Amino acid sequence: MTHRVETGTPLSRRFAFAVCGLLLVAIVLPAFVGRSVIQDLFFILTMLALAQWWNLLAGFGGMVSVGQQAFVGIGAYAMFAVVILFGMDPVPALLVAGFAALLLAIPTGFFVFRLQGAYFAIGTWVIAEVARLSVAQWKQLGGGTGTSLPRAATKDIWGVDVVKNLFDVKTSAARDILSYWLALLLAVLTIAAIYALLRSRRGLALAAIRDNAEAAMAVGVNAKAIKWSAYLTAAFGTGLVGGLIYMQKARISPDAAFSVLDWTAYVIFIVVIGGIGTLEGPIVGVLIFFVLQSLLADYGSGYLMALGIIGIVVMLFAPRGVWGLFSEHAGVQLFPVGRRLFFIDTEKEEKNHG
Amino acid sequence: MINWMEIVVQGVLLGGLYALFAAGLSLIFGVMRLVNLAHGDLIVFGAYAILMLVTLLGLHPFAAAAVAAPLMFALGWMLQRFVLNRTLGEDILPPLLVTFGLSIALQNALLEGFSADSRRINAGALETASLALGPMSVGVMPLLTFASAVAAIFLLNQLFYRTELGRAFRAVSDDAATASLMGVKPERIFAAAAGISMIVVTLAALYLGMRANFDPTIGPARLVYAFEAVIIGGLGSFWGTLLGGVIIGVAQTVGAAVNPEWQILAGHIAFLIVLALRPRGLLPRVEQ
Repeated sequence: MTHRVETGTPLSRRFAFAVCGLLLVAIVLPAFVGRSVIQDLFFILTMLALAQWWNLLAGFGGMVSVGQQAFVGIGAYAMFAVVILFGMDPVPALLVAGFAALLLAIPTGFFVFRLQGAYFAIGTWVIAEVARLSVAQWKQLGGGTGTSLPRAATKDIWGVDVVKNLFDVKTSAARDILSYWLALLLAVLTIAAIYALLRSRRGLALAAIRDNAEAAMAVGVNAKAIKWSAYLTAAFGTGLVGGLIYMQKARISPDAAFSVLDWTAYVIFIVVIGGIGTLEGPIVGVLIFFVLQSLLADYGSGYLMALGIIGIVVMLFAPRGVWGLFSEHAGVQLFPVGRRLFFIDTEKEEKNHG
Repeated sequence: MINWMEIVVQGVLLGGLYALFAAGLSLIFGVMRLVNLAHGDLIVFGAYAILMLVTLLGLHPFAAAAVAAPLMFALGWMLQRFVLNRTLGEDILPPLLVTFGLSIALQNALLEGFSADSRRINAGALETASLALGPMSVGVMPLLTFASAVAAIFLLNQLFYRTELGRAFRAVSDDAATASLMGVKPERIFAAAAGISMIVVTLAALYLGMRANFDPTIGPARLVYAFEAVIIGGLGSFWGTLLGGVIIGVAQTVGAAVNPEWQILAGHIAFLIVLALRPRGLLPRVEQ
């Protein structure tokens, strides 16, 4: 009798086809909907990508960061810097954003990994504050008040002319469509990369460390290396998203780019309410968050108070979030990462072959 | 000509305020390994509570703090008993995420209730009084803050190491399961610790509100200073927390003397330097 290990399920394979269909629709969507819908979708997709990266750290790696805004901010500022100072095109500058975040993550990792558990969380926050205060000293990029992308740079971003002619829209709308496509690409790549990671040996090791670091190390998992690689990967991804968000906004300030509320609190809310430690959770969470935001954002602080309370209630009574509740009930996983063992009856197998 | 001596003294006294912010956090961590991300917002909440008592009842700020302290104790006790105790366990996600949610909720509740205007607790003549100490003059308020911090740290140490409750604190801290076999109820001990930490929070809130303007959004920054003081001092050491507060305070005043924009940054950098050189803090007590 032999065996095989599977992660996919029949449903997950059918779901993969549905996703491909949905993606095709998403790509051609700008031809059919207005600019405000595209902007909403851009918001949803970028928040989804940020949520997935945070979830990789906290949900799969057990490293709760309250300082992801450091990477959003440094990515965005690096993009602005190369565009303003060296006249680089904003689209390739997005890669600079990712690498800048990665560069920041390497030295700061040495500090935060000295802190355990909850102290890791506040350590990441201190790093983000240091980054914000330091960037605010950068006078060439507007210091504490911030700056805008020069018109010359935003007018002829790579691909904007093509989009303009394709959909017959103004430059600003074309930039939104381009940003939307990049956000779509980034969100899909993020999910694909994290899914691939989780299905690999490294992903299994990451989950093992989260569940019991000592036991994982006892069976030969290099906990330090795995945690480092998750931290650095998440920083790179978060930096890319940060660059993209500010390419679309075209205006930056240290307080906005390093906002703990916008880039970490909302992200935590999305992951917690959707379901932490699953790939589906952030997708469900970002949709719920978007609906709440569009209905209630006018209430300002009352709305944020409600978000905080909803987060507490979910964490206390349904710690696996909306997707967790549904998945448990229906036994459905769209991105299965659990390994299931099948024993294969060799005789039957032979008969089939024969 | 900058008088460095005076700057350092100011920094040490400022450190007293940070030690007060941190002492409650240090106690909670020492007893139940819980880090309350809403700690800073609770301090700001306390400042508003004192402000309300001062303006509505016409009490002196110190009397108002004395009235607020038992109320804050009750709040901390209930918060721990009914909410945070549910989150304690092997997994560190629930307590962090619940207290983070609490921080957001509390901050915005204060914004709803008191608007974003900055306020101050009026302490009358005390605000501007100063003492001549040799060649320099030192404000009475900073001196009082520092003295209160030393007193609070001393009392917490006495409580922790000299009383029956303190013995229970140390017992549940070492091993809650075994302690409960000896008739100690960890949930109650945790609630008592949270309540006492809120009394320290009230004291911190009193000085926060009297010394400078405050508004609902400044909580998280106070949490960060408090956290830095706890880590610099070494986890679980109250005197270490005081030392940590002083280091942050001195770094900030020295930084500000060089360039006013560097005040906060200098404090953070001092923290990172200590973390790099002595990751377990200067006076560590608890094994991590």
